[in-house]
Amino acid sequence: MIQQSSTSAAQAGGVAAPPPTGTVRLTINGQQHTLQIAPWTTLLDALREYVHLTGTKKGCDHGQCGACTVLVNGKRINSCLSLAVMHEDHDITTIEGLGSQENLHPLQQAFIDHDAFQCGYCTPGQICSAQGLINEGRAHTEEEIKEHMSGNLCRCGAYAGILNAVKEVVDSKSSESRR
Amino acid sequence: MNPFTYSSATAVEDAVRDNASHEGAAYIGGGTNILDLMKENVARPTHLVGLNKLPLTAIEPTPEGGLRLGALATNADTAWNEEVKRRYPLLNQAILAGASPQLRNMATNGGNLMQRTRCYYFYDTATPCNKREPGSGCGAIGGFNRIHAILGASEQCIATHPSDMCIALAALAATVRVSGPNGERAIPFEDFHRLPGNTPERDNNLEPGELITGLDLPAKGFEKNFSYLKLRDRNSYAFALVSVAAALELDGDTITDARLALGGVAHKPWRDQEAENLLKGQPATPETFARAAAKVVESAQGYGSNNFKIELARRAIVRALKQAAEGSQHASDVFLNSNP
Ligand SMILES: Cc1cc2nc3c(=O)[nH]c(=O)nc-3n(C[C@H](O)[C@H](O)[C@H](O)COP(=O)(O)OP(=O)(O)OC[C@H]3O[C@@H](n4cnc5c(N)ncnc54)[C@H](O)[C@@H]3O)c2cc1C
Ligand code: SF4
Ligand code: FES
Ligand code: FES
Repeated sequence: MIQQSSTSAAQAGGVAAPPPTGTVRLTINGQQHTLQIAPWTTLLDALREYVHLTGTKKGCDHGQCGACTVLVNGKRINSCLSLAVMHEDHDITTIEGLGSQENLHPLQQAFIDHDAFQCGYCTPGQICSAQGLINEGRAHTEEEIKEHMSGNLCRCGAYAGILNAVKEVVDSKSSESRR
Repeated sequence: MNPFTYSSATAVEDAVRDNASHEGAAYIGGGTNILDLMKENVARPTHLVGLNKLPLTAIEPTPEGGLRLGALATNADTAWNEEVKRRYPLLNQAILAGASPQLRNMATNGGNLMQRTRCYYFYDTATPCNKREPGSGCGAIGGFNRIHAILGASEQCIATHPSDMCIALAALAATVRVSGPNGERAIPFEDFHRLPGNTPERDNNLEPGELITGLDLPAKGFEKNFSYLKLRDRNSYAFALVSVAAALELDGDTITDARLALGGVAHKPWRDQEAENLLKGQPATPETFARAAAKVVESAQGYGSNNFKIELARRAIVRALKQAAEGSQHASDVFLNSNP
C-alpha cells in the first residue's frame, strides 16, 4: 500500500500539486531498494530512472516489443505494462543480474558466438525472455523456440542468430538435465 | 498517465469496498490492458484497486464435476494447468494462441474477459468514438475498418472483442462468477458480453463495482474433437482477424453434440446455436460443415475494408470443424497453428 503524502498543497494559481509519492520496496538482482515513487511509475521506469539499471530497454512502452522483459520470481514479464508498486515482495531479475562483464551468462556468450544482434537494443529483453523460456522448460524444437520467443521483436532482424543462440543454450540445458 | 492513488486488496470484500468508496476507481489485474489504455489517456481512473494479492489464483474442481478457474490465475498458469490440458484442451489452445509468453504470464483470467476493443479509433483520442465518448460518432464506420465486426454490429459501433480465451469459454459454455456491492451472482458466458446497440460504451453486463472472482467450466470439455483456428496477419503475437472455436461429440460419423463460436467478428464472442443445431444429428461431412458455416455468415455485413472477413469466416468454420472431426488438435505447451 502506498502511503499518500498530503496533496493539500493546493493547485492555487495553476501550480500543480506535487506528485503523491510513496515508499515502494523492491528486491532487484538480490538487492533491496527503497524508492520514493508515484503510484503510476511503471516497473520499467522504476528500474531505469530510479534504480539506474538501464540495461532494461524501453521500446514501445505498450507491451508490443519485449525490449523491457525482466524476470519476476523467475517468470518473464513486460515491465512497461506493470506498476512498480505491484511488485513489492517479488524477486526481480534484470539483465544486470544475469551476468557481468567478467562472468558472462551462457545466453550472453551464445548471443556473441552466434552474432545474435546488430544494434543490441532488443538484446537484454531477448536474453531475459530466453532465460524465462528456459525456466519454463516447454520449448525444445526450433519451431517451439520461435513461437515462445515471439514476444520479442528485433528491428535489426537478427532472428536467425537469436534462434541459434537460444537453441544452443536450450540444448545444453537438456543434455545437462539428462546427465 | 493521469495521477491516481493505489491500494492493494487482500480479500474480495475489501477490494469491492475500496472500489466503491472511490469515485472513478478501477480494478487492476495484470495491468496489460488498463495501463496501456491509461498511457493513451483512454482510461483515466482516479484510484486503482490492486487485485494481485487476492486469494483467487486456484484452479480446482467444482461440486458439479467441472473446473473453477480463479479470476486472478494468470492466462499462462491456466493454459498449462494439467486439468485444463486434459479436460479442456480447446481452452489451452485458445489461450496459447493469444498475446505473448510475457503477456500471458501477467494477464489474469478476469482481466482477459474485461479487455477492451483494439479499434484504432477507440485508442486515438483525436478521433470520434461512441465507445470512448458516447455521442461523438464512430470513426470506423466509413473509415478504415479492416479489423472490425461483420456480425451483430450497430450504427453506433462496429468494434470487435479481441480475446482468444473468451471464444473457447463461449464454446464451452462457462459461467462467470462475480461479487459486488450487492452480493454475489453467476452470469452465463453468453450473457456476459454485450452487442453494441445504442450503448457501445458498455462492453458487458457487469454492474459498476462488480468484481469477477472466477470462471466455472461445466463437466463437458469436448476433449477429443475440438479445434481452435486463429487466422491473423502474422502467425504469432497478433490479434485474430477471424478465429473459430469448434467442438464436436461424435458417435461414429454422426455428430451428437456441437459447439461453434467465433472471434474477431463481433462485439462479443460469437456463439451461434442455430448453426450448432444444424450440425447435431448429422454426418460429420464437408457438406454438413458448409451448411453450418453458411448459417453463421448468413446475416454478416461488411463495412468496406473488412468485407473479406465474411468469406474468411465461412472457410475458417469449415476448416475448424474438419480439424475437430479428425481429432487432429491436441493440448500442448505451445500453440502451433495447424493448417492442413
Ligand atoms: C501487445 C499485446 C498483444 C495482445 N494479444 C492478444 C491476443 O492475441 N489475444 C488475446 O486474447 N489477448 C491479447 N492481448 C490482450 C491481453 O490478453 C489482455 O490485455 C489481458 O488478458 C488483460 O488481463 P489483465 O489481467 O492484464 O487485465 P488488466 O489490464 O489488469 O485489466 C483489464 C480490465 O479489466 C478490469 N479487471 C481486471 N480484473 C478484473 C476482475 N477480476 N473483475 C473485474 N474487472 C477486472 C480492469 O479494471 C480493466 O478495466 C494482447 C495484449 C497486448 C498488450
Ligand atoms: S467501432 Fe466502436 S470503438 Fe471503434 S470508433 Fe466506432 S464506436 Fe468507437
Ligand atoms: S517496451 Fe515493453 S514491450 Fe515494448
Ligand atoms: S539487434 Fe537491433 S533491434 Fe535487435
